[in-house]
Amino acid sequence: MEKTHLMVHHGHAEPTFSTKVIWRTFWILLIITCVELTLGMFVAPHFHNLKIMFNILYIFLTLVKAFYIVAEFMHLRHELKNLLMTIVVPLFLFVWFIAAFLWDGNSYKNLRNDYDPYKKEQSHIKAEKHETEAKKPGEVE
Amino acid sequence: MATAVTVEQKWWSGGRSPFNIEYGKLMMWYFLMSDAFTFGAFLISYGTIRFSSNGWPDPNIVFSSFPLMGHTHLPLVFVSLMTFILIMSSVTMVLAVGAGHNNDRAGVIKWMIWTIIGGFAFLSCQAWEWTHLYHEGAWWGSNPFVNFDGSKASTNFTNFFFTITGFHGFHVFSGVIINIIMLIMAYQGVFDRRGHYNMIEKAGLYWHFVDLVWVFVFTCFYLF
Repeated sequence: MEKTHLMVHHGHAEPTFSTKVIWRTFWILLIITCVELTLGMFVAPHFHNLKIMFNILYIFLTLVKAFYIVAEFMHLRHELKNLLMTIVVPLFLFVWFIAAFLWDGNSYKNLRNDYDPYKKEQSHIKAEKHETEAKKPGEVE
Repeated sequence: MATAVTVEQKWWSGGRSPFNIEYGKLMMWYFLMSDAFTFGAFLISYGTIRFSSNGWPDPNIVFSSFPLMGHTHLPLVFVSLMTFILIMSSVTMVLAVGAGHNNDRAGVIKWMIWTIIGGFAFLSCQAWEWTHLYHEGAWWGSNPFVNFDGSKASTNFTNFFFTITGFHGFHVFSGVIINIIMLIMAYQGVFDRRGHYNMIEKAGLYWHFVDLVWVFVFTCFYLF
């Protein structure tokens, strides 16, 4: 048994945590976050009609960040493929999960707007501005 | 001995673990996978409700405050600070795990302390943000913010925001507690007596998962 363990380790070249890779991953995550924030703060507010394109871009950048956290920080990239598969394959359920539910929500909105025009009308009435301006006692400055 | 090792390992033919990983670590991975589905269900229900609404508040307006800056308009700056803190604490956690691999007790202790400080810093930021929103009149069942088009918003936004960031904050809190326990155990030399620092790795997996969830919460609430 001892021998098998030794062989496994030698055969697989037990990965060590290299400080260089850690810091490279850190910079990648930081830069992507900065890009997302720049887009969210300064670029996207000027292009309201392109909101959906920005959202797709955010999703893509988020998935890149998730990949780097799981692959490098959680070290999954350096584990055996058997292990990786048992964790990653079930996550593909999310593809159906997200698509089905967002589709459902959208369809519900359209149906309600079609069959309940009063509610649709109500939902577009401008709110009088009061609550946001009101200062509550003890407000943090 | 070395001649027996071939490039093509037959992992499923018996005699060795097909995952080549310690039992506790494997179970931590599966726990995190189930936790991913929990968070996924939360975020997808948020998405479903948002898709079914005619209007939704603008995050650039809602999240535009910064501590001690008064009534300035600094959209998303505070949340980027929180994100940076959490990424930083993830880095110090990997460094602790790396030190554990080398059985370097002093290194583990040093980096665990930094990770715990990062965790507390994040929780403090969140406490400030919640307090600030609360004083603006936002809470479960109450939403002072208007939609993108200026129409009155329902309370769905605040309900989801406080529930999901609260659930994430609770994860961060338990992560900090786990990290403190790991620090005490490392300090007492428990892992040196065991001869390995696998527990640090398991705590690290949990901590990185918390960071991972934040990446998605950040996108869903602050960017969309």
